Amino acid sequence: MGKRRNQRVARSRLQDWLPRLQHPRIYLQRHAQVALDSLGRMYRNPLPSLMTAAVIGIALALPSSLYLLLDNLHRMSGSWDGQASLSVFLKEKVPAAQRDALAGRIRAWEEVASLQVITPEQALDEFSTHSGFSTALEALDENPLPAVLVVVPQTAHTGPAAAEALQKKIKLLPEVELAQLDLAWVQRLNAMIEIARRGILLISALLALAVLLVIGNTIRLEIQNRHDEIVVTKLIGATNPFVRRPFLYSGLWYGLLGALLAWLLVSAGFWLLAEPVAALAGLYQSDFTLQTLPLVTLGVLLACGTLLGLLGSWLAVGRHLSAIEPS
Amino acid sequence: MIRFTNVSKRYPGGFEALTNISFHMEKGAMAFLTGHSGAGKSTLLKLIALIERCTRGQIFLDGENVSDIHRRRIPYIRRKIGFIFQDHHLLYDRTVYDNVALPLVIAGYRHQDIGRRVRAALDKLGLLSKERMYPITLSGGEQQRVGIARAVVNKPMLLLADEPTGNLDPDLSREIMQLFGLFNEVGVSVLIATHDVELIHSMDYPVLALDHGRLAATAEDYA
Repeated sequence: MGKRRNQRVARSRLQDWLPRLQHPRIYLQRHAQVALDSLGRMYRNPLPSLMTAAVIGIALALPSSLYLLLDNLHRMSGSWDGQASLSVFLKEKVPAAQRDALAGRIRAWEEVASLQVITPEQALDEFSTHSGFSTALEALDENPLPAVLVVVPQTAHTGPAAAEALQKKIKLLPEVELAQLDLAWVQRLNAMIEIARRGILLISALLALAVLLVIGNTIRLEIQNRHDEIVVTKLIGATNPFVRRPFLYSGLWYGLLGALLAWLLVSAGFWLLAEPVAALAGLYQSDFTLQTLPLVTLGVLLACGTLLGLLGSWLAVGRHLSAIEPS
Repeated sequence: MIRFTNVSKRYPGGFEALTNISFHMEKGAMAFLTGHSGAGKSTLLKLIALIERCTRGQIFLDGENVSDIHRRRIPYIRRKIGFIFQDHHLLYDRTVYDNVALPLVIAGYRHQDIGRRVRAALDKLGLLSKERMYPITLSGGEQQRVGIARAVVNKPMLLLADEPTGNLDPDLSREIMQLFGLFNEVGVSVLIATHDVELIHSMDYPVLALDHGRLAATAEDYA
């Protein structure tokens, strides 16, 4: 008897599911309808919906803009990344012939890939065009700048320890006043960027949590408002997924709308920053421009917003919906 | 259609609403469920609609034992039942049409089928001209008929009505009861809980009488 009963239960279970299997189009139609309905519900209450979306937008805009700033900083320092070079300042009294001989000797070392000589005249030239001090420099009766050898080590010697060893070796030469490792500050900057990146990751996680809570709370209120409707639909045979669906779509829309708002906020902020940054870059003889959200990042932002919305409503729905049963 | 064998329902806290109820209602039958208030009429209907679960005994619906059925299956059982409430339980932010269409939407009918069936149900209950109106603008009797249209639109095998005429005047009550009779004639099983003794006596259907949670008097077929 048990077996027959099991068979009957299995058959009726199949009958329950059959409509969905037979008519996937109706199932999808239903989804589209619910999605639009949820959107319409938000449209009919524009102010509360917009406020929720704005909170989510601001919460998402913060980590996005921080990330973007960091990205720009990284891009700016990136152009110096590989060039581990030593600036060797020679003593002032070293004559040109001795300087060139020294340059030839160092160039021959196996650690050195290339060497460029910047004569005091070249240095002065460059300095006066780039610094804006040209008139002040003209007032001097002699060139205060020393000759500089820019030494680029072989790739095997670009590591911090090897580069430092090379720096020491050059410092010992009698003609050398100062040998400066140019990479050091780039490395420090990169280390700082790494710390900032971790910090932003932490902030992002916290703000993602905030978005989850905001959406969860909004959906919880919506469930409360539609309590009677949920009871009635359950009474006439609505399954839990059916009841859940409109709320999940609400969460999804909130997340997507919030992400779009975040994108607008970030774009507006960077648009405001673009001009002063360009002016500053101009002062540094750089054609650096702020890069706003690239398409991939925008995609990630929208996907994150949507997923957070869905997850937030899922959590709220899971907690509150099962508690509502007809009685 | 409905078979109860030794069914008891004890609520948390110890109150026993139903004690050792056994009866069988044939497919296509119509019967009244009566008793003083607090006798257990509502509880019995709730057990059938799986709103409450029995604490002892077994309940069969259309041959299927539903007393220990899994929660997930409950919605599919409820779709076989049309439930009519005293206070209508309509959705007041939706039109009459949308209210009546709800069971079909839930069951996943095609858009075209939904329109056809909803209009047929509304037509049968004389509400076709009101399909675009909101329930709040209708009279009590009309609201109750919307509730009935929603209960029958899915062509359920069983209609359960809990005090369907509780708020209606005698003429309207009779009219509603006659409607139930019409549905019964086309093969729908109908069980109506009511304490309107006058109405019960005016119609020739078997009666299940509850008294303090026990089945007091039943027609012979339902023993």
